[in-house]
Amino acid sequence: MKRMWAKFGPVVTVVIAIFALWYVMAVVMNANWAYDKAARADVDLGFNELVVDTWSQKKPRLPAPHQVAVELWNTTVMKSITSKRSLVFHAWITLSSTLLGFAMGAVLGILLAVGIVHNKAMNLSVMPWVIASQTIPILAIAPMIIVVLNAVGISGLVPKAVISMYLSFFPVVVGMVKGLRAPDAMQMDQMRTWNASKWTTFWALRWPSSVPYLFPSLKIGVAAALVGAIVAELPTGAVRGLGARLLAGSYYGQTIQIWSALLMAAALAAGLVMIIGQIEKVTLRKMGMNR
Amino acid sequence: MNQEVVIEAKKLSLTFETNDGPVHALKDVDLTINKGEFVSFIGPSGCGKTTFLRVMADLEQPTGGEIFVNGMTPEQARLKRAYGYVFQAAGLYPWRTIGGNIRLPLEIMGYSKDEQTKRVKEVLELVHLDGFENKFPWQLSGGMQQRASIARALSFDADLMLMDEPFGALDEIVRDHLNEQLLELWAETNKTICFVTHSIPEAVYLSTKIVVMSPRPGRVTDVIESTLPRERPLDIRESQEFLDIAHRVREGLRAGHGDD
Repeated sequence: MKRMWAKFGPVVTVVIAIFALWYVMAVVMNANWAYDKAARADVDLGFNELVVDTWSQKKPRLPAPHQVAVELWNTTVMKSITSKRSLVFHAWITLSSTLLGFAMGAVLGILLAVGIVHNKAMNLSVMPWVIASQTIPILAIAPMIIVVLNAVGISGLVPKAVISMYLSFFPVVVGMVKGLRAPDAMQMDQMRTWNASKWTTFWALRWPSSVPYLFPSLKIGVAAALVGAIVAELPTGAVRGLGARLLAGSYYGQTIQIWSALLMAAALAAGLVMIIGQIEKVTLRKMGMNR
Repeated sequence: MNQEVVIEAKKLSLTFETNDGPVHALKDVDLTINKGEFVSFIGPSGCGKTTFLRVMADLEQPTGGEIFVNGMTPEQARLKRAYGYVFQAAGLYPWRTIGGNIRLPLEIMGYSKDEQTKRVKEVLELVHLDGFENKFPWQLSGGMQQRASIARALSFDADLMLMDEPFGALDEIVRDHLNEQLLELWAETNKTICFVTHSIPEAVYLSTKIVVMSPRPGRVTDVIESTLPRERPLDIRESQEFLDIAHRVREGLRAGHGDD
């Protein structure tokens, strides 16, 4: 029992604190509307009535947690997953372009890192562009990517994935350049004494050495890919995906819908990062590097 | 005894160009090492002993003079994999087993699978690590890791071993033990060993030839042919002969330091 508390206690405490704050803020932020309604109906609003009202409005400024929970329940478990009103359906749309974009970003990131580490010209020329690419606001470039790709006849999943890739390759490049350069001078000298080729040095030394750097980059990259996928769904007037849910929710003032889509996105990101974390743990243990 | 020359350096110099001006790591070094010798290089930091070893291994390029390894240039010797190099740190790959680590140079050099297995077994026995083939480096002590790294350098057919302070990071007791084992190994394999060290007793105990070096510029101040027998129990270090040689080494080191 004590050990359980030591493990989960801090987390549970923080979660309880967040919910408490959330409920309080729901009262504060929705109070105006409740008072307006009461004034129009010419009734006096007691504290109890105020709380009940602010936690159950149809279009609150800040929905209470249980309202979001009910919405989540209704749009996931209670809906067929093929329904357009199912959040699972929308989450899958976003997840599929996230995964495709993430895979493309990871591969691109690794390839660029390999090039940067092995080629002096690439080392000097590519890195500034890689960094510059991330200083451009994604919201500005996302519509352009979609329009340009549409013009050449590519639409649907791929343009969204390209935006995910655009965001996710960056942490992979940075992490892998560091990782592939992780072998120290002595290890490189040792390879030289064996007259090992660049190719052998890469597979036997550089690549395994970079693995501890790869996974943290992938974790950041996959979260960035999800953001990219959601952002990509905003400017297209897309009707499917979590981004579309967010956009539609904000058009119609459906704050509960917005929050449930946000929580769904957060859960997806957490899930993806956790999966990579597990793979990391197993891989590093197998490689004897988890100490 | 066989007097085949393994290392021959003539007026060998190496100057590093740094921002603070040139650094003379080696200046006019003349040295001949015969097959089967155990040669220690001793001197304070900056005397060029490691640099000299690295020049033999083609890890540094001399800026003057000549050096031959087995009658070839260091580069030719390296390409022919004429030497095994043991670094100060064991440098075993954590993701490979001990056996896998020793197998690595054999894989790179294209030995057949059977040959690899056979050789790994042989060298593990040589360094008394039989039974540890499938252990991972972190399961071994520092001394055992360094023995594995020596085994790795022995695994292919190089009859020259270049060892750069291989026991420098280990404690005195482990060091004594490894020194004893290294002598055994040397007697069994009849390899030529070049050994860089900071320790006078280590140099005297191990070597048939002690090269005393001094810094700024790095040069050889004394070459001492040891009169100790090849068979050396640990307590030889209390004999008068041992102390005399150690004394001469100390004198050589002091002479080299005259200008500081």
